[in-house]
Formats: sequence, C-alpha cells, structure tokens
Amino acid sequence: MPYIPHTPEDVAEMLQVIGADSIEQLFDEIPSALLAGPLTAVPPALCEMEVGRLLTERARSDGRALNFIGAGAYEHHIPAPVWAIATRGEFYSAYTPYQAEASQGTLQLIYEYQSMISQLTGMEVANASLYDGASALAEASLMAVRANRGSTSRRILVPRSVNPTYLAVAQAIAGNQELVFESVDFDHRSGRLDVAALAPFAGQDIAALVVQSPNFFGVLEEVDALTDWAHANKALLIAVVNPLSLAVLKAPGEWGDAAGGVRGADICCGEGQPLGVPLASGGPYFGFMTTRMQYVRQMPGRVVGRTLDAAGRPGFTLTLQAREQHIRRGKATSNICTNQGLTVTAATIYMSLLGATGLERVAAACMQRTRELVAALTAIPGVSLAFGGPRFHEVLLRLDRPAGPVLAALAAQGILGGIDVSSRYPELQHALLTCATETRTDADIASYAQALAAILAVDLQGAA
Amino acid sequence: MNTGLHEPVIFELSRPGRTAPTQFPPSSDRDELAAGIPAHLRRQAPPRLPAVSELQAVRHFTRLSQLNFSIDTHFYPLGSCTMKYNPKACNTLAMLPEFLARHPLAPAANSQGFLACMYELQEMLQGITGMQGVSLTPMAGAQGEFAGVAMIRAYHRARGDFGRNEIIVPEAAHGTNPATAAMCGCVVREIPCDANGDVDLEALHAAVGPQTAGIMLTNPSTLGVFERRIVEVERLVHAAGGLLYYDGANLNAILGKVRPGDMGFDVIHMNLHKTFSTPHGGGGPGSGAVGVGARLLPFLPIPIVGRDAGGYRWLEEADRPQSIGRLSGFMGNAGVNLRAYIYMRLLGAEGMVRVADYAALNANYLLHRLRAAGFDAAYPQRRASHEFIITLKRQHRDHHVSAMDVAKRLLDYGMHAPTTYFPLLVPECLLIEPTETESKEELDRFCDALCDILREITETPQTVTSAPHTMPVRRLDDVRAAKQLDLVWKPDA
Repeated sequence: MPYIPHTPEDVAEMLQVIGADSIEQLFDEIPSALLAGPLTAVPPALCEMEVGRLLTERARSDGRALNFIGAGAYEHHIPAPVWAIATRGEFYSAYTPYQAEASQGTLQLIYEYQSMISQLTGMEVANASLYDGASALAEASLMAVRANRGSTSRRILVPRSVNPTYLAVAQAIAGNQELVFESVDFDHRSGRLDVAALAPFAGQDIAALVVQSPNFFGVLEEVDALTDWAHANKALLIAVVNPLSLAVLKAPGEWGDAAGGVRGADICCGEGQPLGVPLASGGPYFGFMTTRMQYVRQMPGRVVGRTLDAAGRPGFTLTLQAREQHIRRGKATSNICTNQGLTVTAATIYMSLLGATGLERVAAACMQRTRELVAALTAIPGVSLAFGGPRFHEVLLRLDRPAGPVLAALAAQGILGGIDVSSRYPELQHALLTCATETRTDADIASYAQALAAILAVDLQGAA
Repeated sequence: MNTGLHEPVIFELSRPGRTAPTQFPPSSDRDELAAGIPAHLRRQAPPRLPAVSELQAVRHFTRLSQLNFSIDTHFYPLGSCTMKYNPKACNTLAMLPEFLARHPLAPAANSQGFLACMYELQEMLQGITGMQGVSLTPMAGAQGEFAGVAMIRAYHRARGDFGRNEIIVPEAAHGTNPATAAMCGCVVREIPCDANGDVDLEALHAAVGPQTAGIMLTNPSTLGVFERRIVEVERLVHAAGGLLYYDGANLNAILGKVRPGDMGFDVIHMNLHKTFSTPHGGGGPGSGAVGVGARLLPFLPIPIVGRDAGGYRWLEEADRPQSIGRLSGFMGNAGVNLRAYIYMRLLGAEGMVRVADYAALNANYLLHRLRAAGFDAAYPQRRASHEFIITLKRQHRDHHVSAMDVAKRLLDYGMHAPTTYFPLLVPECLLIEPTETESKEELDRFCDALCDILREITETPQTVTSAPHTMPVRRLDDVRAAKQLDLVWKPDA
C-alpha cells in the first residue's frame, strides 16, 4: 500500500487492542446514509515510475521558451546550494516552529531573514513573510488603517502605475473591511505618478498612499517627493519594491526629506520571488513586509525574536503572538496563520550567497541587459520607447499595432516577448511590457530582435 | 541532535571582502553600476548582508537544518496538522526544470502540460469532496477560509440580502475561523458543544436567524470526534437561509469515506499541505484550494483552469464576472498544487480511501493503548477520528505537571510533541494525530515514551517540569522575547 506500512498482522493486532472487528467499524459513528460510494473522480494508482513518465512528458510538452516576461515575476540565476539545502527534509518536512526547542534551525533562519530584509529595505523590523507580493499589499493596507492614529479614514490612494493585479488583490481582500482604494492616474509622458496629480487630495483624510518603485512599467517613481507629500498630508506611505532593485536603489527607509518631519516609508512590502525563488507558474513565492518599530504590534504575520533559554544561552522563538489569530481569534491583526517558510529559506540562502556585492552585480547586469534589449528592439521600425525616464529592468514599448497578435506570433517561435497590457490599460492598446534579467545573453536579445523585426516586416507587407 | 549545539548568527561569520563569486553574473565593462539612475534615487550605503564563502553558507544552513525536528527525522504527532510522509517524488517531479522555468504569464498555448495537471487536480478534488467546482488559487488554509466566507457574503449580497453578516462557529473552532469571519467584515457568534463533543443543537437553534450568513464547521471537529448530528445542523442552518462552510483541516479523517458535499456543505477549503501531503516547509507554503456547491459556483476566486475545444486555458474576469476576485498575484501556490496532484496520482482512488482507514486505525489504536496505560481521554465514550485528545487535568492537579511540560519532555525522547492547549476548552490537553504513514512500532514507541513520562511525573516530576534537557536550547524565555524585542541582528548587540 503506498506509504502505509501496516502488515495484515499489524492490522489484526491493532484491531484486537481497539476491540473492533474491522477497520470499517471505526467509522460506525458516521450516519450510514452519508457514506460515499466508489470514488470515480480519481484514477487508479500509478507507481512512481509511471507518474514520473507522465509528469516528464507534460513538462517537456510545455518546453522551455526564451523568456522576456517580467510583470512581477523574474527569471534569475539561482545558485545550486539554494534549493539543495532548502529541500533538505529537516527544512522541507518540518512544521511551524511552535515547539521552539525542536525548531531552532527554522527559527534562527527566520531571524536571519528578518535581519537581511530589514537591511535591504532600510526599515527597522520585518515579519517572517506573507503569502506573496500582491496579498502583502492587501495586508499592508489593512495595517496602515490600524496604524495611522492621525486618521480615521479607510481610504488608500493607489497610483495607476502600481501593478494592477496587486490592486485587484488588495480590493478583493481588504474591500470586505470597507477599505476604499482610490486610483490616481500616472503622467502619460513619463509613466510616473506626478506629485501634482495628488493635489486634489491635499488636506483630505487619507490613511495611506501606495508608491511602487520601480512601478509596473519599470519606471522609477519620484519617491522622495511622494513620501513627503504623504507625510505632509498625515497619510502613511506604503512602499512596494522589488527587493533586488534595492541593491542599487535608495531603500524605502531613506525615502523623503527628513527636514519635512518623518523620513522614510512607514510600511514596505513586495514580492520576494526575485531572491532565489523559481518562476514555477507563479508560486510558491513569498511576500515580505517591513516597518518602523513603532508599528510592530500592528504588523500581521509571524515574527521571530531572539531571547535567552533557562540556562542563559541565546535562542529563538516566535514572539508577539498576541497579535495573531490563534490567540486573539476574531480580533487578530489578520487571519494569516502560515508564512512561506520554505521560500523564505531559499531567499535567506540566496541573500547570504550573493551578499551586497553580488546583489549589486545582479541588479546592474539586469539593467544593462534591459538597456541592450531596448536598443535592439527600438532599432526596429514601428517600435519605440513609451517612457524615457530612469528604469530598473522592465520597460514599456510602443508598437505600431496591437501587441496581442505580435506576442502570439513570437510565442509560436518559442519566444515569450512580454505581455500585452491593454486589458488593464485600455489607453495602452499598442504597448508591450518586456523585461531582461542577467540570465539573458546577447544571443537571446538578438534572437528576439530578429524575430520581432521579421514579424513586424511581414505584417506590414501583408497590410500594404 | 546535540545538546547545546550552537550555530552563530550568519552575520558573525561575515568578513568584508569575502564572497561567493561563482554565483555572480559575468563581469563586463559594459556594466556600469547604476548607470542612468539619478543620484537622489541611488542607494548610498550597501545593505548589511553577510559576506561569506559558498562553503560557509552551505555549512551554516545545513547545520541550522540539523537543529530541527521534521517528519523525515522524527515522529511528529501534531494534532490538527496531519504531519504525514511527504513523498520525495512529489518534490522531485514538481521541480522538473520546465515546470520551474514556466513564467506564470506564459500563454496557454505554451502551457498545456502544466494546465492539464491543474485541471485534473480541480476535477479530482471536486469529486473527492462532492462539490461542483474548485479553485486552486488560495495560498493557505486561512486564505481558503477567507475565500469561502467571502463567497458566502457575496452570495447573500447578490440576492439583495444585506442583513446577513453573522458567522456561527463552535467554541472549539480553530482561531482562524473567527479571524477569517472578521476579515470578511462579518460578526462572529460562538456556540457551545455538548459533553460528548457534538454541536449543541439547542444553542444552534437559538443562534440562527435572518442575520445568519453561515456556519463554519470542522468535521470531524477539533475535538477529534465526528459531528454525528451533521444532518440536523445542515437542516437548521439551511432552513434559516444560512450556508454551511466546511473547514477542511480534518479532511484526512474522512477522505473517500464521506464527502462534505453529501453532508450538505456549500463550500469547503482543503489544506493540500495536510490531506494531500504537500510539505509544511517549516510553516509554509500551504495551499488552501476551495470547492463549492451549485449556489456558490459563480463566486469562486479566479483564475480557474477551464477546458474548451482549443485546450486548457485560464478562466478570468471576463469568464467569471461574479467572482470574488483574485487572491494572489498569479494563480496561487502552483508548485504546491502540482505536488498535491502528483500525490493523488501516486495513491489513486484506492489509496485515497485507505488514507482515512489507516489514519483512523492508528489514532484509535494509540487511544486505546494510552487509556490502558492510565491516561484520560477527553471523550472516552467516543471513537477517535484521525486524532484524539488526552487531558492531563488529573496529573496537573496532583503533581503540578502541565501538558506543556509533558510536550517538552517528549522532545527528549526523540519525538515531536502533540498539539498542546488546543482546543482551548479541554484543560491540559494533548491533541494527538499519528497519521496513516506511521508504523505500529513507531506508535508503540510513542506510547512507551508517554508511559515513562507518566512514571516520571510521580517519581521525579522535576525531570518533566524542567524539560527539555537534550535539545540545542533549554526552555526559552518567551516573556523576555516579547518585552525586550530583538527581531533583527545588530553588530553591537
């Protein structure tokens, strides 16, 4: 029997101890009318070899396309030690570290993670992680409403340059608690939020302003001016960032001008996937969240602290649990119960291997590859840069025609050229969001440019 | 595991200038650091991250792993958590290079293999729970709960019924149930259980009304017993216009035996990391797929995998206009779902039914052995489901030894502790869930260890109250941890 060790003798002895005639008898408290018939929805068992063949066939049938899609999930080199260690049974098959003495490995690792992600974001404290970047923004919004004592509002301002899926998720999750997410349009020449666009909200009661930088289009926002605007208007500033970009970009903890009062973002969150987690169809990833120490009790999710044991030696334990659902039940900061322990394990190993020097090299290489991609693609007639300002490793290109069919033609040649943003941005009908990381080579970029040029040329001839 | 084994915090191993350069991208003089970034947007000082060699990192994290108990190394009878064997094949196959490389926004035409797995998983989960539709997108049990209650709320609102904002939960419910109801903007109403662990029907009768949005139930309940009057509960709640939510935390107990849909539930979440054996990963990632009956079908969270003449594709906003929306950046914990799919294919239909059979056999066997050895069952007149509760009320009264003490002492015997102090209404409780993948010998060893501890409680109680003695650390000062917060490493600390 798959994964069940019982011999017939074991079963007989065990039933005798129980005083039951059969295993069926153990279910005699269930009303018999409820008992299920044969299970038809699940096919018969396959052995490991057969399942291996099936899955290998399916994986191969999808193949491995040349990827230029980003849009919130990025293909990076993952050092061999990362998943070799993360999938060790001692990490992989352990539970939440509630029994601290038997879970010091997981607990110390999370403490190290909290230290690293706080450093990277320039913030004072971190939690042990949330589900993913999008749901982290929902939790950050709920937290901002709790934490902003100067505001009674449940309004959150969200620029349209924020990843539209993040906004959709925040609405689906936090909308049930009557939070209202109000859109602010971005400047259509720069692709950034112009601080002037916030003028109509000045002096109003707003719980928080969300700033994503690099934003959905890869463009860097004017984070200082936006942070100062939020603080001048008694709103908290929620920063949404790509953690890799922080190797070269100003950390959210440093955003804004200290002269205006408080410096830095109040809550920082984002998608942790770029730190050693594979694309893997969208998950499992992890969301990170960091904040000021003064808001730590409003933060959702698990937190690990260092303390002393009965012998006075340092050790690690889950702490501040009075915020959490298993203690506070209906009055908890969130219903979240898990963190993304395994992917955080991978990210912690990743950050340790790369260090500040390595992360900076990766970030710089991403930016360089993107510059080369832009140069190669915009050299093609009919392709131009949508927004010219400083960017990280993602870019919006304008085409001379709808992006959808062009992307489909590229995909048919095994090139994933980016995404069509028109369903989220009706005004960007002919735009293509594309990305190059350090994993793309000169030859990759040349292949993309060649294929795109051919597709655009053929279509133009066809139309002529 | 070595007593007092200490591994420094990785920052203490760090030396400026030390690196793991093989992991860096090739250097190129074209790589101008931060080229094109205006000064006011640049980082001034580098983040304080470790500067270590590859071997130092490998050794450090390998050593940390050795400080953990895990299913692969220890018996782990943690009640309500279903710590069963996570087959290695599930991980190996889910990590095939093509699956790992697939971008979540890759077109459906390039993803038919992956989508086929997800579609079949939806179908299998739907069939095994007796529901009408499944969405795999919730990323953990608590998010599955959220999706379920949000759908119940959306259902009532779509009917113009805005007065139903009350969610009924039994007092034994997991803490996520009331927390979830609150996150959905609902009010929680708790009802008691009777002395046999069943829902108090009179209290339920008094609680339901035009304000009832629904009830959240775990069956078998967190008390480790099957809710015998589930049919009456279903009639009462549905007659009052409410819906029934099935918390799948204990689905392992009835897998293939009883289907929540046949019990009259309108919505269920499944903890794929429990019943379908995807890893707990030190506290996540989980996956909290939701299944619904006909009434809630339009409200399922998106995306869902659909199938038409052109093959498999995602069903999104345009296909599902009444959906409660998106709960994750892409499609939830896809890799976890893939592991659950592989697990189901390895077990097959007959293996699925066996899960409940042997989980119940192991739990009832252990319950009988422990009772014979002098332990008190919380519900001695009841069958165990896949788990059961021992109460140490007597030992606590007579010898001042608590359930926590016994839990800590078990660690010294090389076994993970059962769940303690949950459910809250049984004093000094141990909630014990052996799971179907444990052998009789392992159960006997556990029983013998508890018998030894019972003897220690009377003879040398200090040994138990000061346990553990053989772990890397002794009992930790939780009060200090919460008062003198040390959440991030600092060089001068």
